[in-house]
Amino acid sequence: MSDYTRKEIMAISAGRLVNDGDILFAGTGLSMLAATVAKHIYAPNSVVFFETGGIDPSLHELPLAVADPRVMSGTCLNTGLIDAFAVLVHRRLRTIAFLGAAQIDPHGNLNSTALGDYHRPSARFPGAGGALDAASLAYGSIIFMAHQKRRFVPQVDYLSSPGWLSGGDSRQKAGFKRGGPMAVVTDLGVMKFDEQTKYMYLEQYYPGVAPEQVRENTGFELDVSQAREAEPPNEKELTTLRRDIDPGRLILG
Amino acid sequence: MEFTPSMQKKLMSTAEAVERFVPDGAMVSLGGFTVNRNPMLITREIIRAGRRDLHLAVHSHGQALDLLIGAGCVSKVELAYGGVARFAPTGIRFRAAASRGDILVEDYSNFHMSLRFLAGSLGLPFIPSRSGLGTDVLEKWGFGPEVRGQGKIPEKKMVVDQNPFAEEEDPVVLLPALEPDVTLLHAQCVGTGGTVRIKGLTFLDVEQARASDAVIVTCEEIVPEDYLRQDPDQNTLPSFLVDAVIPAPVGAHPTACHQYYDYDPTHLKLYRDYASSDDGFQRYLEEWVLPFQTQEEYLAKVGAPDLERIKANRVLGYAPGLDRR
Repeated sequence: MSDYTRKEIMAISAGRLVNDGDILFAGTGLSMLAATVAKHIYAPNSVVFFETGGIDPSLHELPLAVADPRVMSGTCLNTGLIDAFAVLVHRRLRTIAFLGAAQIDPHGNLNSTALGDYHRPSARFPGAGGALDAASLAYGSIIFMAHQKRRFVPQVDYLSSPGWLSGGDSRQKAGFKRGGPMAVVTDLGVMKFDEQTKYMYLEQYYPGVAPEQVRENTGFELDVSQAREAEPPNEKELTTLRRDIDPGRLILG
Repeated sequence: MEFTPSMQKKLMSTAEAVERFVPDGAMVSLGGFTVNRNPMLITREIIRAGRRDLHLAVHSHGQALDLLIGAGCVSKVELAYGGVARFAPTGIRFRAAASRGDILVEDYSNFHMSLRFLAGSLGLPFIPSRSGLGTDVLEKWGFGPEVRGQGKIPEKKMVVDQNPFAEEEDPVVLLPALEPDVTLLHAQCVGTGGTVRIKGLTFLDVEQARASDAVIVTCEEIVPEDYLRQDPDQNTLPSFLVDAVIPAPVGAHPTACHQYYDYDPTHLKLYRDYASSDDGFQRYLEEWVLPFQTQEEYLAKVGAPDLERIKANRVLGYAPGLDRR
């Protein structure tokens, strides 16, 4: 039962973090898989929606983009951006956003805009999109990252989407009423943030990964002393993911 | 079919629409979203007409944005996101132009751009939000002092201020309204009286259209106005907000149009390969953009097998089983 890929355990690990009834804001790629895994297995009463305005689509086929016509099919409601943001910010809803980025810092702040000088970037990325808004206004967020030193940096080149800002109560002081990153799911394990300092620490490492390996691939000091080995994906999780969610392996590869 | 007199005035060629409503230097807002309902026919015409110095205002945009930037039509862009899903996670020519400093880029978020268009549509000078506090989107401005305050570019990108209704400290982000010169939309249907119906997600098309001085709509089909008026709940824009209507079957290709066709993975991959070099992109323009006076000629180039592959299932709205790898 140890036969699974890193992408599979990432999608499943993220899906396990969802509470039943959460309203899930999905982006593209792995986040779409995680949201669907959550709904299929752990959170049948959860609803997936997209910033483009598609609410609760059937997802018979996996969308490759938030504007994929597959997010408009079998929905309870087809709307637009303004309506989707009204769902995202609703104070009664536990909206959980799945986000990704090019860089992350120890407080979960994300860069999806540019490397180097903003005006003449050495690499330009697509931009903050709706991730900035989800990071600002959702109830919470779960972040996907490839675990590499160049991506886990002490300071992001451009702060596109707010995490815990400079830690402690700085997020609240900046004016945010709720939200903040709950976890960072990578190809090596799951990171969480200290209750008080809001600094990242290793919570789980995947079977076959050493905590030291996670530290070595992180560009800032990472506490691994509280870490435990993650529960490997079970038969049901893998079958659902492979057979029902991504049979064409569009995202699983 | 019989057109109303006002609709007859709106029906025109793409060349005439671009000539009248998209001058050099215009502020242009693009409807659709990344891989969906991009106004591609008008986009190709703008390139053919050799427009320069356009100022684009979009939320998340893909193919049309990338083509216009690559063809050198654009000097400034305000956006939240520039990419074409997995086919180009960052728009290829957008990335190249931004890295070289060929265009000025001002970054916002999708909610910011949505609110800015909404403000423009309601005649509000600005609109508050809590999105983006503490980020570089507030701090780093893409448009420098040399262009600030000129034409439709606001003096300031955004401002943090105290909520005047709160007794305690409550910072909010104030965003300037957007009032583009023209919005380009692709819709499924326009009635013979000019009423517009967009199926599936409308994204921000309605707010963008209402915020603009002029609106150009390309559409899959012109249908009898009576048909649209039998179910007005489904309609999107009244005729009096629309200035030009151009019938354009498969007019969003290679992006999708719900219930008509899917995005075209074959073409988007072909574009990615061409766009990856400067020479290649020029060849793309020469092969896929510049030669075609009409949509029919363009579709003949795309070819029947490709069009058949992406044809949508009318119930599902997309092409089930389409090879999207």
